Amino acid sequence: MLTYIVRRIFYSVPVLVIASFLVFWGIRTTYDPTAKLRTSRDAARVIAQRRHELGLDKSIVSQWWTWFTSFLHGNLGVSDRTNGDVWKMITHALWPSLQLMFFGIGFALVLAIAVGVYSAVKQYSVGDYLFTGVSYIGIAMPTFLFGLLAIALVVTLPVTWFHLNQPILYSVGLHSTGQSGFNLDYLRHLALPVLTLTVQSVAVWSRFQRASMLDVLNADYVRTARAKGVPKRKVIFGHAFRNALIPLVTVVALDSAFLVGGLVITEQIFSIGGMGRLFLEALSGGDAPVLLAWFLVVAVFVIVFNLIADLMYSVLDPRIRVS
Amino acid sequence: MTVIPESDIAGSQTELELAPGAEPVARTNWQLFRRRFFRHKLALASMVVLFVLIVVCFGAAWIAPFPKNETNLLIVPGGPSAHHWFGTNEAGQDMLTQVLYGGQISLKIGLAVAFFSTVVGVVVGAIAGFFGGWIDQGLSRLTDLFLIVPELAILGVAIQRLGRSDNAFIFVLAALGWMYIARVVRGQVLSIREKEFIEAARASGASGTRIIVRHILPNCIGPIMVNATLAIAAAVIAETTLTYLGLGLQPPATSWGILLNQAEGAVTSTSQFYLVFFPGLFLILTVLAVNFLGDDLRDAFDPQSHH
Repeated sequence: MLTYIVRRIFYSVPVLVIASFLVFWGIRTTYDPTAKLRTSRDAARVIAQRRHELGLDKSIVSQWWTWFTSFLHGNLGVSDRTNGDVWKMITHALWPSLQLMFFGIGFALVLAIAVGVYSAVKQYSVGDYLFTGVSYIGIAMPTFLFGLLAIALVVTLPVTWFHLNQPILYSVGLHSTGQSGFNLDYLRHLALPVLTLTVQSVAVWSRFQRASMLDVLNADYVRTARAKGVPKRKVIFGHAFRNALIPLVTVVALDSAFLVGGLVITEQIFSIGGMGRLFLEALSGGDAPVLLAWFLVVAVFVIVFNLIADLMYSVLDPRIRVS
Repeated sequence: MTVIPESDIAGSQTELELAPGAEPVARTNWQLFRRRFFRHKLALASMVVLFVLIVVCFGAAWIAPFPKNETNLLIVPGGPSAHHWFGTNEAGQDMLTQVLYGGQISLKIGLAVAFFSTVVGVVVGAIAGFFGGWIDQGLSRLTDLFLIVPELAILGVAIQRLGRSDNAFIFVLAALGWMYIARVVRGQVLSIREKEFIEAARASGASGTRIIVRHILPNCIGPIMVNATLAIAAAVIAETTLTYLGLGLQPPATSWGILLNQAEGAVTSTSQFYLVFFPGLFLILTVLAVNFLGDDLRDAFDPQSHH
């Protein structure tokens, strides 16, 4: 097990290194850190001097190498925009995002599995058609549009119509001012962002769970179990369910990068100061050091997430041994 | 995101019928009818919706009730009325007109991206699958690389770099999108090239190019068409999302993304909800119609399917 984890991490290093170089190249050639010096007096000389200080007169490969090695030493540099320490900015932004991700993936998994199993067991029932219809709309719904509609219909509309003092669910931040910790106020803030983040995932994952559950339910060993007289409920949950989860693990792992994209949208709509907001602020402010660190941290997250998914296989199916 | 082949269900059905002595799944006529009816009606309706959307948006110059971007500061911004069906915005622009002209850009991006990414994807995928070698290796490694970074983030950076225009969108989205289609085509080609009829073609002296063009690609048309339709939806969503976030197109250009971006404040007031509703409705209609179409194409091209 441990050797497997170590080897997987070892394999992902070249991917990470190449990705970091491509990102570095893309961002370095997009943003000119000396752009604001263009209006200064004697611009040509000032810019040339600044470029020399920043090492921009060297080749792109050696620039990248300098940045990459200092990254490995835990030095992510200083933000172009706020002059703050990039590492501090990232760790600060990571916490709200991790909360959203944790509750989002948990919520989406539970809902998608429940809906998928129900639809498969009751195939072609009214409930199955209902869930199918809803999931088609969910798949077609762009994340940001769902967020906007959710705010309009769940927050604004009831407040206007029923003259409420405060909305049932909030649409700004993760806590009211002065509040913190895990309480009702937190849940009322969390509900809409989590829903917005996961609406597409729930729709797609539930379809996947339905298809894989149907495959398993039609397998020979399930028919054998039924023929032996094992009660239907026991066959569904004892024999079929666990095997039907395996394909879903792959899909969830592949979608982890997509979810980070959803985080950017969700945090912007619901004004949550996490990684997504940090990305947007860095992008519109031309803050190259923050962007570079952001991409690398996200890539590491996705790789770790995929590793966890791989380990899940062996939990779900003891025949699959990781070695 | 990942898409599920609906035909999986049909596949297991065939398996049951082939198994000797196996009991076929009992399904009433009503259930079978409901299933078929539901699917075909939807596909037909999607075709009509898409066609109408394309006609009204690209014919906006003749259909739209007001000239593009015409501002009339004398009219009070307000909801739908007999004169302004979709209402008017803060600048006094007629929303129906703006939504139609906005659709021109959004749909143009969707259709163009689907076209270019399909063409490039099919060529690269076919070569990689048929000849293997470094192109195949390169394709696999390249797609691995893009799996670990969110597409939205790459798009965001690339659009800032290339200038925030509709052509930049088409270029960037196609540059990212072809890889998915190439992977699908590669997989298809890998399985088809081992078939006997390919061997027969080779034995009769057909060149590699001829085998790909005349024998392999016609057999991949199903997955290619399905992915091309899905690429339209993905591109339209990508444009509107980035533009909504303020990273994409900018006024005076008009797109559904721009209209939704301008309407952002409207969600906190019930009286302005229509500013979000109409562009959003057109956007969802487009994506839904394209998705249904893709789904039905998948069934129609699948010989295993029983619909």
